[in-house]
Amino acid sequence: MNEKEVHGMLIDYEYCTGCHTCEVACAQEYNWEEGVSGMKVIEIVEKLPNDRYYLVYLPFPTEACSLCIGRVKKGMEPQCVKHCMAKCLEFGPVENLLEKMKGKKRTVLFRPR
Amino acid sequence: MNQEGFHIIRTTTWSAGPGCHGGCGVIAYVKDGKLIKVEGDPDHPWNQGRLCARALAMKQYVYHPKRLKKPLVRKGQRGEGKWEEVSWDFAYDLIEKRMKKIRDEFGPESFIFAMGTGRDIGPWICMLAYAYGSPNVMFALSGNACYSPRIAALDTFQGDYCVFDAGQWFEKRYDDPRFVRPECMIIWGYNIHSTCPDNLFGHWIVDLMKKGTKIIVVDPRLTWFSSRAEIWLRVRPGTDSALALGLLHVIVKEELFDRTFLERWTNAFLLLRTDKNVLLRESDLIPNGKRENFVVWDKNSERVAFWDTEKLEFRPASTTPSFSCEIDLACVDGNTVRCHTVWDAFRKRVMEYDPSTVEKITGVPKEDVIRAARMYAKSKPASIHWGVPIDMTPNVTPLCHAIACLWALTGNLDVPGGNVVARFAFDAVAYALPGAEGIIRLKSKEQDIPRIGREKYGPFQKFIWRCQTDTAFEQIFSEKPYPIKGMWIQTLNPLAGIGMDPKRWREALLKMDFVVGVDLFMTPTLMYADVILPAATFLEKEGIRSWWVPLQSINKALTVDECKSDAEINFELAKRFDPEFRWKSLEELFDEIIKPSGLTYKELKERVWVLPTEGHPSHPYLRHEKGLLRKDRKPGFQTPTGRFELYSVLREEWGYEPLPIHEEPPFTPVSRPDLTKDYPLILSTGRRSPAYFHSEHRMIPWLRSIDPDPVVEVHPNTAKKYGIADGEWVYVENWMGKAKFRAKVTPIVPEWMVMATHGWWFPEKNPEEPELFGVWESNINLLIPMGQHGKDGLGAPIKHLLCKIYRA
Ligand code: SF4
Ligand code: SF4
Ligand code: SF4
Repeated sequence: MNEKEVHGMLIDYEYCTGCHTCEVACAQEYNWEEGVSGMKVIEIVEKLPNDRYYLVYLPFPTEACSLCIGRVKKGMEPQCVKHCMAKCLEFGPVENLLEKMKGKKRTVLFRPR
Repeated sequence: MNQEGFHIIRTTTWSAGPGCHGGCGVIAYVKDGKLIKVEGDPDHPWNQGRLCARALAMKQYVYHPKRLKKPLVRKGQRGEGKWEEVSWDFAYDLIEKRMKKIRDEFGPESFIFAMGTGRDIGPWICMLAYAYGSPNVMFALSGNACYSPRIAALDTFQGDYCVFDAGQWFEKRYDDPRFVRPECMIIWGYNIHSTCPDNLFGHWIVDLMKKGTKIIVVDPRLTWFSSRAEIWLRVRPGTDSALALGLLHVIVKEELFDRTFLERWTNAFLLLRTDKNVLLRESDLIPNGKRENFVVWDKNSERVAFWDTEKLEFRPASTTPSFSCEIDLACVDGNTVRCHTVWDAFRKRVMEYDPSTVEKITGVPKEDVIRAARMYAKSKPASIHWGVPIDMTPNVTPLCHAIACLWALTGNLDVPGGNVVARFAFDAVAYALPGAEGIIRLKSKEQDIPRIGREKYGPFQKFIWRCQTDTAFEQIFSEKPYPIKGMWIQTLNPLAGIGMDPKRWREALLKMDFVVGVDLFMTPTLMYADVILPAATFLEKEGIRSWWVPLQSINKALTVDECKSDAEINFELAKRFDPEFRWKSLEELFDEIIKPSGLTYKELKERVWVLPTEGHPSHPYLRHEKGLLRKDRKPGFQTPTGRFELYSVLREEWGYEPLPIHEEPPFTPVSRPDLTKDYPLILSTGRRSPAYFHSEHRMIPWLRSIDPDPVVEVHPNTAKKYGIADGEWVYVENWMGKAKFRAKVTPIVPEWMVMATHGWWFPEKNPEEPELFGVWESNINLLIPMGQHGKDGLGAPIKHLLCKIYRA
């Protein structure tokens, strides 16, 4: 990995199902104590006009997320990305992710600490 | 061994551990005999590298300080929690002695072998029960209301089960040219999170949606799926059969069905006599006619002709059957009877369910019923995935019938991207499952005669080889027609999980002379056992998985203390109970089970998974056309008429309604307005959690922190009405009992319903009576009765009771 490249996480929240895999994948890799994880999955029930609702889950990278720097150096994917049940997480240089973001609605680009 | 000194084992998930019905390819990293981590196998076609939270939490499960690690024998009273650690030999000897004594005194059928939702326990518990000589294997849920009813129903109407197509039959999956993506899917009573339903991988549906599949959702809750649906049908729980009939109404009325399939592959052409509302038989019309053959009206000759169910041919062969007629025919008994066709009767039935009527019953706006029917019928191909709520209503079989008619009449049965016939890979079946006969079976048909519920309920004679649970439960108390003296309890926790009316389950356990429990953790239920045996997780065992496709091996990665696999435990005791027990080793038994695949167990272990290939009956598509479904290899389905049955011959013979119909469940605002006065809210239970499999995993810290408390979902307006704030503790109560939950105030549920989570007990609390791990505190089953199963012994009202709520 080029150390100078800024890396991030592109999250397709249209398809995140709130399965919490990312949280536990991170906990297993880093042996976190219970409740700690590099990801925190948030449930949002959006109220919309005309009595409509939309249920979304957003995996939010926390202060504990290192973007799996050690794994990435060895050429592996971050654990959460590898295991995501909805395959809705993407890791890489922010530039590349930004390109991808242009082609997909309902996404957020994260750059953790 | 890889470069970092890990020992790498490729294996398959199938309980215990994630608790699921399994199928994921897993890579276990082991160092010096210790599990370091598990990862999803990226080369496995099933999960393609993915894994759920529960599988990823395996390390905390395997090395949990509270795991049972040695056999235990009870010292004090039942429920007192006094145990002595013993050796395996001591435990086996004791069990052998006590169980043989019961067998000698009361007969083998007086011992029940009980399991929770089967998973990989099924074959091994049957092996043990059958070696002991008892036919009484029990799945301890009221109305056997999980999967068996749906499987038995489809066996009844179409001869084989079917599942939605996600290309799971092919190594390349979605990229295989034979696979076609469904244009539209109906998701009926199923929510996603990380639950993998019915031996399928839940997120396959998400894969399909990403590729463009549009969804229609039937669910009272605003789920992840309902949020993303083109059409969301917010049905009142328990009225799904009316909704399905409403969809059929539109499809039939607007002629959106596949006429070729109807005429070629259904039994729509058979004549029904209107005097008795039964099928007209060859024996009704000619003196030496056969009862098994049926009658049709030949349009060409304007005479009767026959449908020969052995040859699956018309007699005469030139017959062109009429699909609609009204004729008077003279019977051998001298009477003249008026007849019409099955199609006439079917149309008449669905015409009763016009969209306005359906709106009144289900609460789904009539426009949406029409839109959904049109969208499903016009999308080619289209599929339906149904969840366990389908089983959890007493009217389950007619409901399944109506839904099955949807995929059949729209020509979506066993076509690419439709509902595809699901058989065990290579037809390798370990044990008696609905519609299948396995290697592991009772020695004689006579031994099956005392099986509880067999005589009373039709499906239990033909498709279901378990006890009818409610009948068995009653028999424990009535002791009629024979007493039940002992229970073998394997990965089953009826006090916390699967037992409705759980306080009576406690009484039932207290009535036993001898109880053996096999599990991985101490549970409220095991507090009533006499001997407890510690079981292994999937990482600690050898095994096979044969549920639909692929055929898989479970490869042992490590050992934990003295824990043994369920198969090993039961194998040892089976040998002791049956002097003629056929197998010398588990490997020999595995070899025999998977023999149809052409592989030995050793060879399968190398490959971990194999898929059946083209031409095998367990490989799609259009097998009814190719003659791959029936034993006689004739084109058609494995039903009494050889056709998909819009009108069920077996249901007629068993004395049940042969056409799809809606019946209002026993405890709803419609059927019990009297109770509704005091208990105004519909109580639904059992929404899934990504952290738990039913009553399991509450002791796993990584999982418990995701979903720490028992929760009841309450709509904001309802919460306001009863003065309840988000996060407050509330009681949910009805005439049966009450239970305490944390209120989650959310518009996910409709105003008129609450959703209470199930399976709650608190491993961190005191195990002894009366506290019993807090199992009576937040146990929603305290509000649900036993004995309300459907007419055919199947289904139970678990999704639709009545309750009130108030602040605790
Ligand atoms: S990228 Fe790595 S550290 Fe960050 S949340 Fe995912 S698994 Fe944890
Ligand atoms: S693993 Fe993926 S789908 Fe599951 S909660 Fe995390 S981001 Fe969402
Ligand atoms: S629940 Fe699903 S994802 Fe988890 S191990 Fe079982 S099959 Fe795999």
